Amino acid sequence: MAILVIAEHDNASLKAATLNAVTAASKIGGEIHVLVAGANCGPAAQAAAQVQGIAKVRVADAAPYADQTAENLAALIVANAAGYSHILFAATTTGKNTAPRVAALLDVAQISDIIAVESPDTFVRPIYAGNALATVKSADAVKVITVRTTGFDAAGQGGSAATEAVAAGADLGIAKLVNREMTKSERPELGAAKVIVSGGRGLGSGENYHSLLEPLADKLGAALGASRAAVDAGFVPNDYQVGQTGKIVAPQLYLAIGISGAIQHLAGMKDSKVIVAINKDPDAPIFQVADYGLVGDLFQLVPELTAAL
Amino acid sequence: MKVLVPVKRVIDYNVKVRVKADGTGVDLANVKMSMNPFDEIAIEEAVRLREAGVATEVVAVSCGLMACQETLRTAMAIGADRAILVESDADLQPLAVAKLLKALVEKEAPQLVILGKQAIDDDANQTGQMLAALLGWPQATFASKVVIADGKATVTREVDGGLETLALTLPVVVTTDLRLNEPRYATLPNIMKAKKKPLDTVKPADLGVDVAPRLTTLKVVEPGKRQAGVKVADVAELLAKLKNEAKVI
Repeated sequence: MAILVIAEHDNASLKAATLNAVTAASKIGGEIHVLVAGANCGPAAQAAAQVQGIAKVRVADAAPYADQTAENLAALIVANAAGYSHILFAATTTGKNTAPRVAALLDVAQISDIIAVESPDTFVRPIYAGNALATVKSADAVKVITVRTTGFDAAGQGGSAATEAVAAGADLGIAKLVNREMTKSERPELGAAKVIVSGGRGLGSGENYHSLLEPLADKLGAALGASRAAVDAGFVPNDYQVGQTGKIVAPQLYLAIGISGAIQHLAGMKDSKVIVAINKDPDAPIFQVADYGLVGDLFQLVPELTAAL
Repeated sequence: MKVLVPVKRVIDYNVKVRVKADGTGVDLANVKMSMNPFDEIAIEEAVRLREAGVATEVVAVSCGLMACQETLRTAMAIGADRAILVESDADLQPLAVAKLLKALVEKEAPQLVILGKQAIDDDANQTGQMLAALLGWPQATFASKVVIADGKATVTREVDGGLETLALTLPVVVTTDLRLNEPRYATLPNIMKAKKKPLDTVKPADLGVDVAPRLTTLKVVEPGKRQAGVKVADVAELLAKLKNEAKVI
């Protein structure tokens, strides 16, 4: 029995989310292979070979996989699925996009967003925005799974897996990337950050968001996040959103500033180790999950906090 | 161009979900049910495409209990032209729903299937992608902008770290993200009109689809509750706690 973990990468480097998926695979038990599908993805494959616990890195280095389009990627994975009892993806936008396609082509169910492995066929996953945890058992021969990265620690370094080339398939030619606009930031990635400074509607404007939260994030070496309300109000781009339908994060420290704490937001951050809330409303629901609450005017408190750090 | 819009009846997003004491699921008795919010966005987008002259007909589909008729009436009140209910009281999982939808797509021959990226009950985020795979169609998930022209769909997607735009050959499956549009409110005259629009009912067996579930839910529990912490008086106390008690800075 072997497990195939689909690497999340940008050809040049391996994304941290892959490491969490590898740990989930190690909890299932069995030989772990990683598939790196990309174009000029040698560096990413090299990085994958150094992850601890990997027996083999399989590399499909060809143009159809350059942009990680789901159609080509899923066809490749299915063509190479023989011999695997489990196929794991990180539950990122790339993983969520591709995994169900693989599952459907294999005629098996997909188990989304697992946070724990009970046995090789039984997994725990959150439902209803994390308001309930379901333990589900799969009856399928192959388990296609997406792994919630906050549910598993990152696998360590120090491995030296062999790499082997995998034959590429044809370009299906039905989907083409025409543009990619990535938010450029010197800050850590939201999904992997140890500290997150997150802002909500209470900040009042995009200008306030940047002028108040950026200096604080700089001092803490933090990533910046936001509630859906702040994203909908146009303070920041959509990829800042933390919550049920945005990013699920679990940093060491999460500072919620001017965020009231709607269920959908809490679903995305309540597994953080320490939560700090700053809000002028003492009855805001965010205080029910915050380890430390500070009631008051954020326009005064945030600069004070930044200055004191 | 015909557009097919699958919609799901789910617990209303404002309802506080309660886990049943016997651990078999969540309590759905006497709970307000509504259309999955992402599917409402999908209906709105389809109706806008028809209003813009791009689409000719919008067909709403729901798979599940007889009560899903209400959800379909809501879809028609927003503007869908007609509706199909695939009636079943089985536990319909995403793969089974994708197979039912595939059978309907083969009958109806739409050029676009647009649906929510995930349902807010099982949070699976699978059905659209599975349907696209079964049909051999391209897909654009998590859409924040959809343009259909010259036999092509150009879709902007919300991805980790930013946005990406795909060009796809029709027919295509699109799944909606929150910022694609803001669904209109169904007006009373439109709600009345929706009652007269055609709603057909079929059974999974009529479509030749085996809907047997592949996953068994062994138990459902409430997650460990996070205890509310303490309120601190000022920034100095907060920093002291973070340094000495929580040791995170």
